[in-house]
Amino acid sequence: MSRILFKKEGRAKFISHLDLMRTMQRAFIRAKVPIKHTEGFNPHPYMVFALPLPVGTESVCELMDFKLAEDLPLDTVPALLNRALPEGIEVTEAYEETYKFKDIKWLDIEADLFYDSKDTDEGGLLRLLTGDKLVMEKKTKRSTATVDVRPLIAACDVKRADEGVLTLRVRLAVGDPALSPAQLISAIGQNAPFFAPDFARFRRLELYDKDFHVFR
Amino acid sequence: MRDELERILNRVQKPARYTGGEYNETVKDKSDVDLRVAFCFPDTYEIGMSNLGLQILYGAINEEPKMWCERCFAPWGDMEEELRRANIPLYALESGDPIGEFDAIAFSLGYEMAYTSVLNMLDLAGLPVRSADRAGLTPLVFAGGTSCINPEPMADFVDLFVLGEGEELDLEVLRLLRYAKSENWDKRRFLRAAADIKGVYVPSLYEPEYNEDGTLRRVECLDGAPERVTKRIIEDMDSAYFPTKAIVPSTEIVHDRVVLELFRGCVRGCRFCQAGFAYRPVRRHGTGYLLDKAKRALESSGYEEITLSSLSTSDFKGLPELTDGLLEWCEPRKISLSLPSLRADNFSMGLMERVQKVRKSGLTFAPEAGSQRLRDVINKNVTEEALLNSCRIAFEGGWNTLKLYFMLGLPTETDEDVVSIARLAEKVLHTWREHAVNKARGVKITVSTSMFVPKPHTPFQWEAQVGVEEYLRRVHLLKDSINSRSIVYNWHEPHVSLIEAALSRGDRRMGAVIEEVWRQGGRLDSWTDYFGFSRWIAAFDACGLRADFYANRVRGDDEIFPWDVISVGVTKSYLARERAAAYRGEITPDCRVKCMGCGASCLLERRKCDE
Ligand code: SF4
Repeated sequence: MSRILFKKEGRAKFISHLDLMRTMQRAFIRAKVPIKHTEGFNPHPYMVFALPLPVGTESVCELMDFKLAEDLPLDTVPALLNRALPEGIEVTEAYEETYKFKDIKWLDIEADLFYDSKDTDEGGLLRLLTGDKLVMEKKTKRSTATVDVRPLIAACDVKRADEGVLTLRVRLAVGDPALSPAQLISAIGQNAPFFAPDFARFRRLELYDKDFHVFR
Repeated sequence: MRDELERILNRVQKPARYTGGEYNETVKDKSDVDLRVAFCFPDTYEIGMSNLGLQILYGAINEEPKMWCERCFAPWGDMEEELRRANIPLYALESGDPIGEFDAIAFSLGYEMAYTSVLNMLDLAGLPVRSADRAGLTPLVFAGGTSCINPEPMADFVDLFVLGEGEELDLEVLRLLRYAKSENWDKRRFLRAAADIKGVYVPSLYEPEYNEDGTLRRVECLDGAPERVTKRIIEDMDSAYFPTKAIVPSTEIVHDRVVLELFRGCVRGCRFCQAGFAYRPVRRHGTGYLLDKAKRALESSGYEEITLSSLSTSDFKGLPELTDGLLEWCEPRKISLSLPSLRADNFSMGLMERVQKVRKSGLTFAPEAGSQRLRDVINKNVTEEALLNSCRIAFEGGWNTLKLYFMLGLPTETDEDVVSIARLAEKVLHTWREHAVNKARGVKITVSTSMFVPKPHTPFQWEAQVGVEEYLRRVHLLKDSINSRSIVYNWHEPHVSLIEAALSRGDRRMGAVIEEVWRQGGRLDSWTDYFGFSRWIAAFDACGLRADFYANRVRGDDEIFPWDVISVGVTKSYLARERAAAYRGEITPDCRVKCMGCGASCLLERRKCDE
């Protein structure tokens, strides 16, 4: 199986996951990088994404697996694809995979938190997120549970970026159980309404395995 | 991107339709551009991006040095609300710049129900909706598209109309605008000069006068403006601009595939069909040309589907060679080919098999009327035998869903004609029983009816539309005549068709109605989520007009029509002859059998029709 590492930034961050699959599929055709199709009644190109990216979130660490249908040196693939991709999506590496996506356990997120009518102090937010516990009402599909999500935060740093803007860098658990950036914001709001931002902008920075080694 | 806009995009549905940045979009260096054009489509991104005309004109204008054409679509309600709240003016997708600051705003008007969205988009751009209230030369607001062949209902809002095919005409207008800008002309001077371009209609140079009974008495041409404006056509299709580098949306649209236009116009002469008359005469692309363009369009887009587009695909000479050539290329690449607009009469086994090789989609036939008598009246030259034969071939080929389209309220229609729709559907069902290859899978035959809308520049332009209640009576008559559970009946809501009928044959006074509807919140009227019938009726009342005057009135033989100022090539006397033939139940042969002298050949300078 081959894998690409790519970025999704700028206007492209509003492309939904489903649309991204279509966009990638067409980009491979435009780039003349043929990929294998699934067998069966309704064959479609075989493509697997590591972690679906929510609409509106940027990322510099997206991974996608595929199978080449022709013998093509993998190191030529990024340049070929980049000529065929829309603005904001850029392939930075292509290689043969060794690790499975299920081994991704942690994810670094950068979040810009905007406070429209107040200035906040970064220390307070940092204390909240690095305390002993961070208990929240977590909604699942069927029910709501009260859980301590503090163990799902492995590292955290807060900086004051501008007046009314805090930049949060945080390592969050993925898989089961996971803490999504949106849930983190919700946890902040539930525990300290003062720190609930009026708007949050997210960016994925890096993926890790269970031992905090960068995942590729 | 502005922070404010970014926040909004995080809240609205389907934000990708408001961002631009798709593959193949054109971005130019602003410092190297002296004319900026916003191509506006008064409907959603998904509808507008599916429009072939948009892709063609966008590409053609952007080929012109120093001109930059960008796109703009009508926002959905949630986005509109956010834009208004944040005071963000309507912007073009490529640059994000407000279209109100552009030199030209070009609207594509394909259907009447989009009119209110034009006003809404102008307002969102921060511009006065009425042409007379926009004093400056720029932004020039112009419009083209099928429904502009009666420009009068939108005459108060649009500075000038471009009639017919825009590949050359739009550029001529824009080049003149560039010159006018450099010479500091005022708007009046520019519009007067533009009126001398063939195919340009400047409504402010025409003044209608009305009779007591509300009909048109005469139209005065001011300042020496031409008495009639004749639509423009592209005579040599293969030398015109062809979009081989179309924009590939990053989000799903309605027609998400390569659209290969085979020819323009139609050799048939279905008397109800506006496109059939408005796009005459037939002009075609060469088969070799199409094969080459199709490959290039597929390669540059990465689409996995291609569709052939025209008013009547099976009338394309050379269709077997074209489909063979396309399939040879498409099959190994797993690209599917679809052929809409097939006629039930010459739907051949061979053609069906060729398409089937790649994909089997649902089949649709449009007999339009249930009885042979009424099909002769509307000159839909398809016999029951031919239709059933096509159905047989389809069922033998394994199809088991079939859609049949009809219109209710066609001129001369009787209850017997209505009931014969049910009888025809039953015969189709019977054909399935006799010829289906796999009966265990069952069959679904869908019958759909819509209310007939008489359109300008057709033989039925004099006709009254049946009333809403009469249409519904016929709907129930038909419904009660269908006795099989394998036949599903859907009917279209008649109120939209009534408003469409009023708008399509409206005069200039209709502008007040459109404006009133918009002021009361009307927009995106082609969507059931937004269409408000009572809002339209209230607006007619408020303006002292009646919808039935426009929709449900038989017009006198000598009545002057608001759209008489526009010529599509086909003459009014020919249309009158066709109408008389309809009442005699006489069919008119198609252009290939015999030229009936409709007048459209006068648009051609160097060749004959259908060459
Ligand atoms: S001029 Fe004759 S051949 Fe040409 S479109 Fe009219 S009827 Fe057909």
